[in-house]
Amino acid sequence: MKILVCISKAPDTTTKISFTDGDTKFDESGVKYIVNPYDEWYALVKGIELKEAHGGSVTTVTVGTAEDDATIRKALAIGADDAVRIDVKAEDAGQVAAEISNYAKSEGYDLVLLGKETIDYNGSQVGGMIAEHLDMPFISLAESMEVDGNTATLDKEIIGGVQTVEADLPLVVSCAKGMAEQRIPNMRGIMAARKKPLKVVDASGAALQTTFVKYALPAPKSAVKLIDPNNMDELVELLHNEAKVI
Amino acid sequence: MSVLVYINSNSDKIAKNAFEAVTYASKIGDVTVVTNGKADDTMLAELGKYGANKVLVDRSFEGIDEQQITRMVATAAESTGAKTIVFSNDLIGKAVAPRLSVKLNAGLVAGATDVPKEDGTVAVNVFSGKAHGFVKVNTEKQIIALLPNSIQPEASGSEANVEEFSGNAGETKVKVKDIKKPEGDIPLPEAELVVSGGRGLKGPENWNLITDLAEALGAGTACSRPVADSDWRPHHEHVGQTGVAISPNLYIAAGISGAIQHLAGVNRSKVIVVINTDEEAPFFKAADYGVVGDAFEVLPKLTEAVKKFKASN
Ligand SMILES: Cc1cc2nc3c(=O)[nH]c(=O)nc-3n(C[C@H](O)[C@H](O)[C@H](O)COP(=O)(O)OP(=O)(O)OC[C@H]3O[C@@H](n4cnc5c(N)ncnc54)[C@H](O)[C@@H]3O)c2cc1C
Ligand SMILES: Nc1ncnc2c1ncn2[C@@H]1O[C@H](COP(=O)(O)O)[C@@H](O)[C@H]1O
Repeated sequence: MKILVCISKAPDTTTKISFTDGDTKFDESGVKYIVNPYDEWYALVKGIELKEAHGGSVTTVTVGTAEDDATIRKALAIGADDAVRIDVKAEDAGQVAAEISNYAKSEGYDLVLLGKETIDYNGSQVGGMIAEHLDMPFISLAESMEVDGNTATLDKEIIGGVQTVEADLPLVVSCAKGMAEQRIPNMRGIMAARKKPLKVVDASGAALQTTFVKYALPAPKSAVKLIDPNNMDELVELLHNEAKVI
Repeated sequence: MSVLVYINSNSDKIAKNAFEAVTYASKIGDVTVVTNGKADDTMLAELGKYGANKVLVDRSFEGIDEQQITRMVATAAESTGAKTIVFSNDLIGKAVAPRLSVKLNAGLVAGATDVPKEDGTVAVNVFSGKAHGFVKVNTEKQIIALLPNSIQPEASGSEANVEEFSGNAGETKVKVKDIKKPEGDIPLPEAELVVSGGRGLKGPENWNLITDLAEALGAGTACSRPVADSDWRPHHEHVGQTGVAISPNLYIAAGISGAIQHLAGVNRSKVIVVINTDEEAPFFKAADYGVVGDAFEVLPKLTEAVKKFKASN
């Protein structure tokens, strides 16, 4: 099975968010980047598990600059065979999806795996876009997946429940919790990762369909109003008359 | 200006987020709704009250296959000439809107929290709710996927015309083998009120404290990650960075410390109530109302107070 896993970086959740250039740019100074958790824990490890069970290869792809290489090496340390970086700064989901699809279309992957979303922009956009470019079904929010011959069976989250679906490869699948067990890279993996191929390819120059023109921090929250634990009638009254939520 | 809205009508009632999407679109232009599925004409005509002029319904297929829905919405976009297409950014919207964005070469604003501003930019949540971004679409057509519970549905108009429509949806490549829906639950991403419990509740045997309050309020239930990881509660209830992100009107958290990864999933809630024995718990910083106290005593009292309130209103 020939598997492609889309890997992105994301600021560590404890990052303090601030903006520069008149609030038009995310302030990256001092930001610690991690592999986007869904990509690392679920998409990548699922790819490796499938390869271990069925043979084949796991290639990662990242749209990004040399600054992304540390993230890519971590994915290689966890167990991907090789990596491709498409050399352009990722600025828009449409651009990322177009670049990945442009690279993948002639490679004949059986499976394209992604995380369910990036934790910085929380878009959940790239997977569906790649699926449309490559004319494949998109199974979103998969919680489990088994492959038998050419057919995959997946559980996916739907509104208010879980759906079990069956589809033939090739597929694009976005991976959520449950899909795989997180793996921690060991020393051997980290050493091996240094020698694994990381191929840098030119971007095709896909257009930006959207632009973030400005950012703003939410208005600071007013201090919490403390309620006497013995006076829950007061809380209900406030929720009704003041907050107007019940 | 013609605006197209996709809504899901595959269950026996139309969900609130569909009314939100129609209300939202009516603030941008003349609304046509496109849908497939089960809802009958009377139910669909109701969408007129929220601002729809016309409802196009494709009765040739049921279900939520994203390739079929994409083709149907694209056909409707062409026949109405709509340059703006609105979805609810629920699980269906998240699967369909990106596909459609490629098919129509239309920039996608995912997770919009407000109507477009005068300069055309649309506000979205970024960094797990820690900031807003303003997005400009560079293409001629645009798709806006509205974050559930961001605006209130407004009913005022009259019924809409419902027309049969062929969306050329084609075949599905995905076979649905089984659907498991927990009975009686209010699906979390759409719940307006949510009651949530953490490790402070000590064990699954105490969860009636949470479910009793949820029932009294008509709320959905949620939990922190360690609670789901210990199998005290099902995984689909886990909210946070690695679980579901929700934006209800009211989030009541009992026995949850308020770790940043938990907040990432709930800080878009309109009003947050925190119940915790530890007055230093970080969650109080994100709360609107706080009760420093033992959840085992406070929750039953709150449930009683809610019942009393409901009985007298
Ligand atoms: C990468 C990463 C991702 C994560 N993703 C998530 C996520 O998506 N969602 C999530 O929830 N967590 C997530 N976590 C875990 C998170 O960091 C916290 O560990 C977790 O949220 C803590 O859960 P808790 O508040 O239920 O438990 P605890 O931190 O143990 O807190 C229990 C709280 O209950 C209070 N308490 C105790 N007894 C009572 C009582 N009788 N009455 C009232 N209060 C009481 C205590 O004072 C305490 O504040 C993630 C962690 C990492 C590292
Ligand atoms: N720059 C990128 N390079 C490679 N893959 C990406 C990139 N950005 C996002 N992805 C993938 O797309 C998924 C969904 O991202 P998003 O649509 O931004 O929420 C992520 O979990 C990644 O698997």
